[in-house]
Amino acid sequence: MKAKAHITQEEYYRGVRMRPYDLVKELAYALAGFGVLALVLAAVLSSPDVPPVTIAGWAQSDPVDFVTTATSELQGSTISAGYGNPYNTNGDGQSWGPIAPVKWFGTRIPVDSANSFVLQPLKTASFGNAELGTALSQWDSANGDQQTAWLKAYSDALGKATVTDGKVSVADGQYGPLPVMMNNLLGIAQAGGLDGLLTVSGRFYQTDYTQALLFMGDGGYLSGLAHDANLTGSQWGMMNETGSYPGQTWLWLYTAWYQVFPFTSNDGILGLNAGNADLGIVILMTALTVALALVPLIPVLRDIPRWVPIHRLIWKEYYSAKKRST
Amino acid sequence: MDTPAQYFDWSFIHISYPNLLVIGLMLVLFAVALVAPFPHGGDGDV
Amino acid sequence: MSELDAAEGSWTLRVRRWVDRVLPMDNLLPHRQPYYVGSWVYVFGVITIAALAWVVVSGVVLSFMGPQWWHASSLGRFFNSLHFWSVQLFFIFMVLHLWGQYFMAGWRDGRAATWMIGVVIFGTSILTAFTGYLSQQNFDSQFIAINAKDAMNAGGIGAFFNVLNFGQMYGLHVMLLPIGVTFLVVVHIVMVRARGVVKPIGREGGSPS
Repeated sequence: MKAKAHITQEEYYRGVRMRPYDLVKELAYALAGFGVLALVLAAVLSSPDVPPVTIAGWAQSDPVDFVTTATSELQGSTISAGYGNPYNTNGDGQSWGPIAPVKWFGTRIPVDSANSFVLQPLKTASFGNAELGTALSQWDSANGDQQTAWLKAYSDALGKATVTDGKVSVADGQYGPLPVMMNNLLGIAQAGGLDGLLTVSGRFYQTDYTQALLFMGDGGYLSGLAHDANLTGSQWGMMNETGSYPGQTWLWLYTAWYQVFPFTSNDGILGLNAGNADLGIVILMTALTVALALVPLIPVLRDIPRWVPIHRLIWKEYYSAKKRST
Repeated sequence: MDTPAQYFDWSFIHISYPNLLVIGLMLVLFAVALVAPFPHGGDGDV
Repeated sequence: MSELDAAEGSWTLRVRRWVDRVLPMDNLLPHRQPYYVGSWVYVFGVITIAALAWVVVSGVVLSFMGPQWWHASSLGRFFNSLHFWSVQLFFIFMVLHLWGQYFMAGWRDGRAATWMIGVVIFGTSILTAFTGYLSQQNFDSQFIAINAKDAMNAGGIGAFFNVLNFGQMYGLHVMLLPIGVTFLVVVHIVMVRARGVVKPIGREGGSPS
C-alpha cells in the first residue's frame, strides 16, 4: 500500500459538514465520571490481597513436604536443581528444533539449589550447635555413592513419614546424618530463620527474592494453594485472581493455548508439545501480536470491517443522510 | 469478595464468573454504544 | 543581509514551520468535529485516557508511601483498590476502543501508523500491568512470579528480566514502563489530532483499505 502524500485536514474535510464538539469538556467529563466509578468500586469492593506464603508457614503447615523438598534438593531432583539456564547447566531447557533462546545468554542468575537452600543455611546455623556441626562434617566427608544411598533410603522413608509436635519422624533405617540435618533445617524454617537466610543471602540490603521463591516453587505446598485458587497454568490460571475478583482477562488468548492441543499433549505436532509449551506459546503470541499491529497491511483481516456491518451502526446517521441525498 | 470464585465450565473452557461478568459487560457496553443515540452540540455548519 | 534573511537558515524556524504545518493549534484543539463523529463508540478512547490518568495518580500515591503501606493501613488499602479497579477499567475501555477502531477500519487514509502505535501501547500496557502484579508483594505475586519465570526463561529474556527480583520489577513498573506508556499515548493522540478522524467506510472519501 503506497503511503499517501500528506494532506492537510482542511483538504481532507473539504465538503464535510462540521458541528460543534467540545473535546476538553469531554475529557473533563471522562475524568470526573471515571473517577466516581473507580472510587465507588474501590470503596465498595476493595481489592485482592492474600498475604504471601512464607517458608516458615510452609514448614509449619506441611513439614513432610518441606523435608521431602529439602531432601530432593540434595538429590538434585527438584525443578530448580535440574532447570538449566539461567540458573545452572543441569538441564537443557525448552527448545523447538534448533530454536533454544534459553541457552543464548548462559547462566546469568546462578543458583546452586543443594548448597543455597540446604547446606549453606545449615552451616550458618551450626554456629554453636555441636550436633549439627558433627552431622554436617559426616555429610561432607562421605563420598558421592554414600550420600546417594542415604538420600535414596531417606527419601523412600519420607513417603511414610509421620509428624509429631511439628517434627518429622521416619521408620528406622540407614540415613546417615540426614535426619539430624533435616530436622535442624525444619526447625530453622519453622522459626522463620530460613526466610531470612534465603532472602538476605549474605547482603543486608537487597530486594531479590529469587532464592526463596525458587525453593518454595520446588515444593508442593505453594502449588497446592495455587491450585485451590485456580491459579495454575492448566486452570487458565494466568487470567484468574484470588478471591472473587476479576483477573487479567486481557491474557485470555495467552493462557488459552496452554489448554489446547498441541500444548496439552506429550507428542504434539511439528515439534510443539507440552514439553516446550512455554517457548511455543511465546513464539505464537509474538507472531499474533505482530500480526495485530500489521492488520492494515494484511488482506482479509483488513477487509473484515467492510464486510461486517458494525460500521453501519456507528455511522448510521451518515449512511441514512447519504441515502436520502441520492 | 475474598471467598474463592465459582467457575463456569464448558468443553475446555474454564472461566471464573467474575471474569465472565467483565467480558459480558464489555459486550453489552459495546452493543449499547452502537445503538444509543448520541447528543449533538448543534446541527448545521459551524 | 537583513536579520530576517539570516533567520531563514534557522533550525528553530524550520521546526516551528513543520509543527505549524503538521499540527496547527486549530487541529490540536479543534472546537468542532465532522458531523459523522456521532456515536458513543467514539468516547472509548478518551475514557481510556481518563483511566490512564487515574491509574498514574493512584500509582504515584502508592509509590510515594512505599510498598508496605498498601497492606498495613486502611487508607493504603483503599488506594491499592483504586489502582486495581482503575487498571481493570483501563483495560476494559482500551479493548472497547480497539474493537471500535477495528470495525471502523481506523487505519485508512494514511492512519496505519496510528493503529500500529495503538497495538504497541496495548502490548506495553500488558507488560506494565504484569510488572505491577509482580510488585504487589502478596501470594498472587509470588505464584505469578514462579509461574511466569518459565515463559520468560524459555523466551530467552529470563536472564535479564528476572520476575523473581522484586526490585527490578518494581523499578520497571513505577518508572520506566509508565514513562513509556505515557509517551506512546501522547504520540498516538498527536497522530489522531494531526490527521483528524477517519471518514466512514464507503464512497465519500473513505478508501477501501
